[in-house]
Amino acid sequence: MINIERLVSEIDAQLIFRTRFEGNVWKIDVKGIHYWKLNKILKVLNDRGVKKIELYNVHGQRYIGTNLKSKVNVEVYGTPGNDLGAFMNGPEIVVHGNVQDCCGNTMNEGSIIVHGNAGDITGYSMRGGKIFIRNSTGYRVGVHMKEYGNKRPCLVIGGTAQDFIGEYMAGGIIAILGLNLKSGEHHKARFVGTGMHGGVIYIHGEVRSISKEAEAVNLNEEDWKILYKIVEEFCRCFKFDAEKILEQNFKKIIPVSHRPYGMLYAY
Amino acid sequence: MKSYLLPEYMVERDHNRCIRCKACISQCTYGAHYYDEEEDMVLSKDEKCVNCQRCVVFCPTHAITIKNNPNSYRENANWTHEVITAIKKQAETGGIILTGMGCDKPYFTYWDRLLLNASQVTNPSIDPIREPMELRTYLGAKPDRLRIDVEEGDYILKTKLAPQLCIETPILFSAISYGSTSIRVHESLARAASEYGTLWNTGEGGLARRLYKYGEHTIVQVASGRFGVHPEYLNISAAIEIKIGQGAKPGIGGHLPGEKVSEEISRTRMIPVGTDAISSAPQHDIYSIEDLAQLIYALKEATDYAKPIFVKIAAVHNSAAIASGIVRAGADVIVLDGIRGGTGAAPRIIRDNVGIPIEMAIASVDQRLREEGIRNRVSIIAAGGIKSSADVVKAIALGADAVYIATAALVAMGCTVCQKCYTGKCPWGIATTDPWISKRLNPDVASKRLMNLLKAWSMEIKEMMGGMGINAIESLRGNREHLRAVGLTETELRILGVKAAGE
Repeated sequence: MINIERLVSEIDAQLIFRTRFEGNVWKIDVKGIHYWKLNKILKVLNDRGVKKIELYNVHGQRYIGTNLKSKVNVEVYGTPGNDLGAFMNGPEIVVHGNVQDCCGNTMNEGSIIVHGNAGDITGYSMRGGKIFIRNSTGYRVGVHMKEYGNKRPCLVIGGTAQDFIGEYMAGGIIAILGLNLKSGEHHKARFVGTGMHGGVIYIHGEVRSISKEAEAVNLNEEDWKILYKIVEEFCRCFKFDAEKILEQNFKKIIPVSHRPYGMLYAY
Repeated sequence: MKSYLLPEYMVERDHNRCIRCKACISQCTYGAHYYDEEEDMVLSKDEKCVNCQRCVVFCPTHAITIKNNPNSYRENANWTHEVITAIKKQAETGGIILTGMGCDKPYFTYWDRLLLNASQVTNPSIDPIREPMELRTYLGAKPDRLRIDVEEGDYILKTKLAPQLCIETPILFSAISYGSTSIRVHESLARAASEYGTLWNTGEGGLARRLYKYGEHTIVQVASGRFGVHPEYLNISAAIEIKIGQGAKPGIGGHLPGEKVSEEISRTRMIPVGTDAISSAPQHDIYSIEDLAQLIYALKEATDYAKPIFVKIAAVHNSAAIASGIVRAGADVIVLDGIRGGTGAAPRIIRDNVGIPIEMAIASVDQRLREEGIRNRVSIIAAGGIKSSADVVKAIALGADAVYIATAALVAMGCTVCQKCYTGKCPWGIATTDPWISKRLNPDVASKRLMNLLKAWSMEIKEMMGGMGINAIESLRGNREHLRAVGLTETELRILGVKAAGE
């Protein structure tokens, strides 16, 4: 353990006073530490098989989780910067606070659980793993989200999301639970599913407009099973009542065609 | 609706020479030839011919000649045959006219207006056959200054260098995606690049796992659709290229039609079989230089700062200012793709009308970066319409570090630039993923042809350098004194930074 402390302090000398090892958890105060140092620390710990890390006073540091190769649990206290978990391949990140833009960019595997809000393009081109946002997100969530083989990414948003939900979506699942909508209130999102050609969006509550490439239909039995499983898991993370959420009405938004550009050209 | 379109080509067959072997029938993937049993004759359907010359080459008795259809609309300088044909085609289909390969118009080519220098009397030219000639090029950010310490008589480099790529000739293979072409094209490029000591580029369709072994010579591309982009793909590479734009279609995205997304393609692109693979025009995480920096550093973080990051843009009006931003965003290499750059499929109207010539882009970007004192922080690769070794030398003299070739590489493999890549039926087995047709391209042969091209161009480059009295490609870079122009305006000369011939 001393060894790891030394390695961490080599990255930044002042960290020796800010690093503690308690109950199998490495706890680090990263206030004012540049992101590349922070991520290097995570990598050093990850490479040495550390399974649990807690980061305190995170303040805008980008790319947390990007360079981690194996399973590790990172608890983040504060506000991580853009591209949280970009290209991530396995770790579990729990954020106690809000996250900024591009969270889960091109993520391949792992999970990001956010006890707060997320910014724009959450889950950009995500291919696997899951992202749970307790509250709401910004614009273009799940843009270019895709699925492949046994990889089916899942993005769940407890509250609402803004325009262009599931833009160019090619696969995976987005669920928007609308928990913060008051009775009779609608989502503000417009152009939902623009360019969508795969995947599914489950949504509780009306949106302002759905694109011409997508349509809203009722859930079938299989959908309810999937949604049930997702909502259960989501609720376990945030201590919500799954039964109550699932009592509500849901629609699913699916693409009209998986070939939206088929008729565009003269050959 | 009856089509009013005329066949573009006429297939002429010398029936005295034809031996009814039917090779043309089996070679043509467009079904232009057929055998008439009653007449015992091989005949043709002119309207299906694309003039790819496959049957011509494979006819054992040279019985076939493909000619432009002599029937044409009344001669008119404005309403040309091509213009009228395009309108009729659109009136019949209501679609955007697709094309393949680079711009085929006679305008925009400055290479042919630029002439190279040679030594006469006052300094000796060098014979590259006898003298060592250095074409080796290092791509990547160079430091502002070097610190070298002397310790016990040894010189020790103290400056930490950014990752560098070493190539044996300043020619790299440009992005050609798996999906637009077959895996055999990828394998041929990978093998040739590895054996010669240069680099090839996957394009945006991912990389088949069995080609990972060529990773050290592979540039992997990351585009808006992020097809096949995962940590392993990034980490096996020599470098990563962020594709912002392409010279053949600046400002627009692209897509691989669902019918081309076979099981194998789907595995590499990591999308379901049969769905359109859509690359949107913008990358929605990049709306500014700051956002570009974010992606550059995300990729650096994902690969432990070990790989140079390329940023490829189409050459457009304000490329110089954009390039300055790209350097400041942390890119190691800028790729400029000019208006003559090739493509597997692009709307013809975009290909022929959007962007600027690569010559202007190289000169203005190099000039701007020099003026700002940041030219050393980036390497410049010029792409789009490099047709010969002379173009390579001129591009480097204008300010590029190296060039990308793709069309020339395809031509070396067999392509005849018939511009029908988008049909997926390439009779030469290149722009197709059909397992049957793509077998026509043998990677053993194609990689050898590519190697030969690299070897031949490299020797020609050495000859030209030797003639100028230069023995290292580095001394040629941005050395515009070795260029003179003919037939250009004052403005063009100023932008190119080149004197007129005779000056």
